[in-house]
Amino acid sequence: MTKVFLLDGAPVPFEDGQSVLAAARRAGHFIPHLCWREEFPPHGSCKLCVVKIDGRQVSSCATPAREGLVVQSATEEILDERRELITMLFSEGNHFCPSCEKSGNCQLQALAYELEILAPRHNRFFPDRPVDASHPDILLDFNRCIFCELCVRASRDVDRKNVFALGGRGINKHLVVNAESGRLADTNLDKNDLAANICPVGVILHKRRGFAVPIGERIYDEQPISARDLAAAREEPRERQA
Amino acid sequence: MTQRKGSGEAERDMPTPPFVPQILSCDRPDVVDGAVDATVERRGRDGALLLQILIEAQERLSWLSPRALSRIAARLDLPRAHVEGVASFYSFLHLRPVGLYRLLFADNIIEEMQGGRDLMLELCRQLWIEPGKLSEDQLVSVDVTSCIGMSDQGPSLLVNGRPITGLTPERIGAIASLVRDRISLDHWPQELFAVADNVRRRDVLLSSRLAPGDALRRAIAESRDALVAQVGRANLRGRGGAGFATARKWELCRQAPVRDPGARVVVCNADEGEPGTFKDRVLLTLMPDHVFEGMTLAAYALEAKRGFLYLRGEYRYLREDLEAVLARRRRDGLLGRSILGAEGFDFEIEIHLGAGAYVCGEETALIESLEGKRGAPRIRPPFPVTHGYLGQPTSVNNVETLALATLIAAHGGEDFAKVGTPQSTGTKLLSVSGDCAAPGVYEFPFGVTIAEVLEACGARRAKAVQLGGAAGITLAEREFARRVAFEDAPTAGALMVFDQSRDMFQVARNFVRFFAHESCGFCTPCRIGTTLLRDLLQKLEDGHGSPLDLAEIERLDHLLQATSHCGLGQAAANPVLDGLRKFRPAFEARMLHEEFQPAFNLDAALARARQLSGRDDALAHLPEHKP
Repeated sequence: MTKVFLLDGAPVPFEDGQSVLAAARRAGHFIPHLCWREEFPPHGSCKLCVVKIDGRQVSSCATPAREGLVVQSATEEILDERRELITMLFSEGNHFCPSCEKSGNCQLQALAYELEILAPRHNRFFPDRPVDASHPDILLDFNRCIFCELCVRASRDVDRKNVFALGGRGINKHLVVNAESGRLADTNLDKNDLAANICPVGVILHKRRGFAVPIGERIYDEQPISARDLAAAREEPRERQA
Repeated sequence: MTQRKGSGEAERDMPTPPFVPQILSCDRPDVVDGAVDATVERRGRDGALLLQILIEAQERLSWLSPRALSRIAARLDLPRAHVEGVASFYSFLHLRPVGLYRLLFADNIIEEMQGGRDLMLELCRQLWIEPGKLSEDQLVSVDVTSCIGMSDQGPSLLVNGRPITGLTPERIGAIASLVRDRISLDHWPQELFAVADNVRRRDVLLSSRLAPGDALRRAIAESRDALVAQVGRANLRGRGGAGFATARKWELCRQAPVRDPGARVVVCNADEGEPGTFKDRVLLTLMPDHVFEGMTLAAYALEAKRGFLYLRGEYRYLREDLEAVLARRRRDGLLGRSILGAEGFDFEIEIHLGAGAYVCGEETALIESLEGKRGAPRIRPPFPVTHGYLGQPTSVNNVETLALATLIAAHGGEDFAKVGTPQSTGTKLLSVSGDCAAPGVYEFPFGVTIAEVLEACGARRAKAVQLGGAAGITLAEREFARRVAFEDAPTAGALMVFDQSRDMFQVARNFVRFFAHESCGFCTPCRIGTTLLRDLLQKLEDGHGSPLDLAEIERLDHLLQATSHCGLGQAAANPVLDGLRKFRPAFEARMLHEEFQPAFNLDAALARARQLSGRDDALAHLPEHKP
């Protein structure tokens, strides 16, 4: 007998050690996420994967699946909370989709469309975050950072270079690079590093590749992020599903 | 710059002080490297000591320059970005040049009510500086910081980390002169630095006359199991606020699989950061042996060999005295190898300093900080009892809990459980501040009513009590019959009194500002939500409030409570939610408009342009905003 839990009433089979998010995704149920990727341990910071279990909201990426769990995900309450979180991220940084090179390939933008967010509700913070164009191959536009730490983790755990880290605290949190000058050019980042290719938004951009694919023909122009994410899950080798 | 005179004149007029404070020249590479190397030499080349090394290097250099961070990273074999990430997390670590004098006024609501903010502005006026900005001659900066644990004797400030309490206009004048004359802190009148204990009511703990070692001797004469059983019979529950059973915590820690039992760790949480709390400061001042003995008892129960006292940076001034107590205990065989002659009972206590981060009071953030990292709370489970400091089973206990464990070990659990209520045994130290005749520390048996505490401290006109600090609950007058107990009104001990004259909207606004400042920024809802909430309350304060804003506040409060990663974000909504529930008129008084008003004020936004152009005439304003 395979073990199952219930996600919005539907039985979801899982293997021991799998998180609620990973099992749901494998079974064809989309739960939004920004800081989670199947090859990394759960981070639990973006909170987009929030679900309700036993009357409490938890991060589904960091909650181990258990037999008989009753999980609420696509309820009005949870969807509303996810919308609020996305809206907050848009308020925090400087996001101007129409002029952004990542438009159409951006997970933040795609999730906003998925959740049918049409306009920001909060005041924008308009933080002052200068770009770093010092590196020959990579441009850093901190204005779009959502602090998922995927680049930090990729550089530390996969590339073994520690090019990125988080600095500051609270709303003043920011990305720092591993150089006394503070310039990306003075780090050993290479354009082929995982860290240079993992940003879900438009912070880490490759130079001389701008608009290579026209807007309108990009990843999330072709299909919504939910369909894309589930298709990716089907293609991933089974043993990598943590 | 102290701009009252031209600089040449100032130099001529400068009295020759007995001692001009010297700071090392941070821009000289050899000086920076020398200071870093000496620090690493003294503390050891251990990445887990990063925060301690940053703090000590800064004490030598006054600030942490880019070169200092690089040197520390190189000496500890850590990525530089990691070092910078850690250093920039803590409020008391400076990555930009600072003045010879750094004055930080405590920004808690009690001291705000007592005029702390006005005194700060007065000091700035006398020194010719703006709050938050270093003077142009690099002499002095004046700013605010979160509560420094002195709200029973406020207004208060920290000058270069040393507290000055009981601020008055006279004291401010004296401080301004001392700064202007560049008198070294060592030569400031020492009575300025006096900190009162203000113990107002003693019960079993504060009247304990146990000598160092009494409790340990009795515990060793029996057994580890007997000690844990005594603590269990006492039904001792954690005094940090959550009330988890101490014996249960120790049991879980004992049962956690571990290769070497000695790898277990005992941590005393002395990161007393909740605004309005100061009882741990008093315990560490008056009864440090009780606290250290409690830690040693915990170590005995757990077979732990290592212990840490995590002392908040605001209490840095206590460190030398505490180190002296530890040294005495080592000499007396109460610490170190074979404690009291018991073979294999080896235990050491190290003092680790915090550096201005409220979130580190959360036990997993505290452990991250102990490991020399940014103080972001971990995902739980696993809990520290199984995976704590460096992955080892760790028991994190509050200062007061450990002091009480000493009483229990000496006098037995039944005795202890006779006091208080069945679910909340023993006594509770309350830090009482605000509108009352006698602020200070009160030790009451659990079950005492709010009204009884108010009576004892001489609060005759109270309309509200904030129990448990900013993260706690607001109690209105009709709730003063409630009891301080885990089953009724639980608290880590802060009890702030507000009389009829106080505006509860301002109370909520102060607390929300505090949470926005102290959010670690790890999770989306807390990082952004606390700032949005702060800005919304400011919008109401500025007179742009409408019912739509109240709805927005309630929406944000719900999100913070439901989805935040740790207790900080969950609690950040409390003051506003309680305020709205119990003192709604104070909020509705700010709803000046029926229709939504933007917070953005175009005329105010032009202020900078007016300043730059030196104009303030009617044409430099929007038509409806004549100056």
